[in-house]
Amino acid sequence: MKRRTFVVGAVAAAGALGVGWTLFPPRGRMGDGSQIPEGSGESALNGWVKIGTDNTVTVIMSKSEMGQGIHTTLAMLLADELDADWSQVRIEMAPVGDPIYNNIATVVDGLPFHPDDHGLIQRTTAWLTAKTMREAGVMITGGSSSVKDLWLPMRQAGASTRALLVSAAAATWKVPEAGITVMRGVLSHTDGRRATFGEMIATASTMKLRDDAPLKTAAQFTLIGKPMRRLESAAKQRGTATFGIDVVIPGMQYASVVMCPVLGGTVASIDGAAAKLLPGVKQIVTLNGYNGGTGGVAVIADTPWHAMKAAKAVKVNWNDGTMAGVSSAGLMQKLSATLDTDDGHAYLERGNVDDALAAATQQVKAEYQAPFLAHAAMEPINCTVQFADGKATVWASTQVPGLARRAVGKALGIASDQVTMKVQLLGGGFGRRLDVDFIAQAAAIAKAANGVAVQTIWSREEDIRHDFYRPACVSRFSAGLDASGKLLAWRNVSAGQSVVGATVGRYFGLPASPIDKTTSEGSFDQPYEYPAARVGHAIVDLPVPTGFWRAVGHSHQAFFTEGFMDEVAVAAKADPVAFRLALLANHPRHARVLTRVAEIAGWSAPLAAGAEGTRRGRGVALHESFGSVVAQVAEVTIAADNTLRVDRVVCVIDCGMPVNPNMIQQQVESGVVFGLSAALFDEITIADGRVTQGNFNDYRPLRMSECPAIVVDIIPSTEHPEGVGEPPLPPVAPAVANAIFAATGTRLRSLPLRLS
Amino acid sequence: MAVTTIQLNGRPVEVSAEGDTPLLWVLRGELHLTGTKFGCGIAACGACTVHLDGQAVRSCVTPLSAVGARAVTTIEGLSGPDADALFASWTDLDVAQCGYCQPGQIMSACALIRANPQPSDGEIDAAMSGNVCRCGTYPRVRAAVRQATAPRGPSVSSTP
Repeated sequence: MKRRTFVVGAVAAAGALGVGWTLFPPRGRMGDGSQIPEGSGESALNGWVKIGTDNTVTVIMSKSEMGQGIHTTLAMLLADELDADWSQVRIEMAPVGDPIYNNIATVVDGLPFHPDDHGLIQRTTAWLTAKTMREAGVMITGGSSSVKDLWLPMRQAGASTRALLVSAAAATWKVPEAGITVMRGVLSHTDGRRATFGEMIATASTMKLRDDAPLKTAAQFTLIGKPMRRLESAAKQRGTATFGIDVVIPGMQYASVVMCPVLGGTVASIDGAAAKLLPGVKQIVTLNGYNGGTGGVAVIADTPWHAMKAAKAVKVNWNDGTMAGVSSAGLMQKLSATLDTDDGHAYLERGNVDDALAAATQQVKAEYQAPFLAHAAMEPINCTVQFADGKATVWASTQVPGLARRAVGKALGIASDQVTMKVQLLGGGFGRRLDVDFIAQAAAIAKAANGVAVQTIWSREEDIRHDFYRPACVSRFSAGLDASGKLLAWRNVSAGQSVVGATVGRYFGLPASPIDKTTSEGSFDQPYEYPAARVGHAIVDLPVPTGFWRAVGHSHQAFFTEGFMDEVAVAAKADPVAFRLALLANHPRHARVLTRVAEIAGWSAPLAAGAEGTRRGRGVALHESFGSVVAQVAEVTIAADNTLRVDRVVCVIDCGMPVNPNMIQQQVESGVVFGLSAALFDEITIADGRVTQGNFNDYRPLRMSECPAIVVDIIPSTEHPEGVGEPPLPPVAPAVANAIFAATGTRLRSLPLRLS
Repeated sequence: MAVTTIQLNGRPVEVSAEGDTPLLWVLRGELHLTGTKFGCGIAACGACTVHLDGQAVRSCVTPLSAVGARAVTTIEGLSGPDADALFASWTDLDVAQCGYCQPGQIMSACALIRANPQPSDGEIDAAMSGNVCRCGTYPRVRAAVRQATAPRGPSVSSTP
């Protein structure tokens, strides 16, 4: 029961992304329903929804659920336009391979343009990129892009399905369509006749799909804009939700992996004699480093515990490789030294910054640093693969099922269309599951298992010691002020590795580009109206494997930029909020967010004093990332022994139209907590090529007793929805550092923030 | 391999595992009770929390040989009015994000409120700080425990 494919609307899709959300609905991404398997009694009217004769509305998900609530929020978009009964909505993962599920928004967002730039080159590049991604992109959940990417396609699919059901009812009842209304999954005619979606789906699926279904106006939304609860909440509470690690395949075996302690190392030789004698051991497999990973050894056994015990009993001689002797302290020195000679690629140039600095009556200079970071998602890295008769099935928690499929095909020597991906819930992603090293590795392990499914589980130590790390970064600033304290010039250059360069190499074997927006994002793309500025970044080639970590470049650049902005405000003897506002005269959206956070935090009144012997302080930070603007005020108390407590974080976010305020609030809470772990505790150090940290005892997450009160305010908006998963994170570290300065007079310019 | 009988969720269950096998891996690997999660393997995160005779313990460092005749309760077997109150407040406040740590959080919370039906905020923090959440559900976990132990009143609904 398929109909014609819609006329390809890639131009319209690209145009809508490039020029605005009210124009050119991207119908080219709707699909005709042939993409998705139909179960008994189910009909797929397009690539995004199936309706069952039992009235079930199954919404197809091209995005991975990793805690951000995207399944709930995307289902709201479709169900609202469909006028479905929310209690009848179910979720099913999209199959991998059809271009309608490719992510366009995240790649367009990665182009190196300032957010204020809407010139011809920016528009043309965005248009061409979107068009290319529509055809040749990948299915990816990342870059806080999911709602932005699917805001129109999901709604259009819902509206189109609704129109078909109305047509079916009109034909069945022999009445004009105009007399039919739809509410909560029921079609009603003015004459009193009623039918459920399930009763009309068979007729609807024989009808020619109209492509002119109107979308609702904001005033007509019934779900969009409401604080809706997470669909999979009960299953997660009760332990019945299936994460990748929870997959159980009858007869499956388990593998445990030990990788070379030196990153990038390989196996020279193994002695598995002792391990083979241990209970339950089936196979010992020598592993290459797959997709940028490190070489190692896997033991396949009948139970996870047997596999773990035996993996530790394998004696391995390692080839340490090029990372031997490398220390993170040395790498930090190299980054800093780079800035002595390298001005980097200029991502922002405004006026003549050197002349403006020379003319300043006061100059402020500082160097900031941020360390490598691991992701340490709660669900340790794992993947289950069955390889039999030239075909593979993969059960994985992944943000990139398309890339995973390709990597598995390559590891097994089969075409990727012989690989079936079954994407499970992710027990956290934070960017770690944008890499496919562990999936290719699990495939190579399963290849040795003669058709039996094998679940490969990494220990927490392997997870932390064989990550793709947030790159360390060093940043230098100079600012010039006039005699009245007015900012004249802003000069900033940072040095670090290129994550995009590293990942395109791992994913596609392509050479790195000399320009990578993510290295400088958070520094060059902020709204401040510097009279003269140069913001650059120098890419430094270091051997540490790096990857996308929540908020990517923003995660550290916000700390640098907003920390230094605070220093400049202090030098100007200005209030930090007022100093920033003076630089936002033509950025009312940003000014409004900053003004609002100051209001809610009570910025104009003095901070209440703490207990005897303690010092209290309050700091502010403003940051734009992934299309959203966030401002935070952090309040801290420092005890006599210099221990720090973050008491409260007030956060205001403007993320365009708030589609699901409940999920937005959750993500703000999440960004603050995740960001505080990094701001206060986390640091990956490397000694002789080996990561020093290994578990939650020495790579320390924030705990409940350390969690501040978090106040969240969402700015009402009817603008296009923007990113939410990452934007709340970047301002936390600078807000806390600025609060520490306010309390103590000590300026901390290095993460994690340590007072003594 | 030795066969051991454990009292699991109210029933005797036979398992064939060596005595040094952590209870976590008996549950997950042999019995395929996957609600109890592996997080760290060193009792540093609480994802694997189960009850032994009502006490919250980390099953990743509890060898099968140490379980003996004590009653093992996992998230799959958690029941009773305290558990129901927690599930209800967890739903009402929509606590879970990625959800991976949530069974462990609820097991710790339930052990707390059974021992201390009206915990203070400080007592909640002390009892729950062994349970790591990387998503940052702490404010809602704290509020949900508080709500589950508060005198009954109309709850605020956040959905239409």
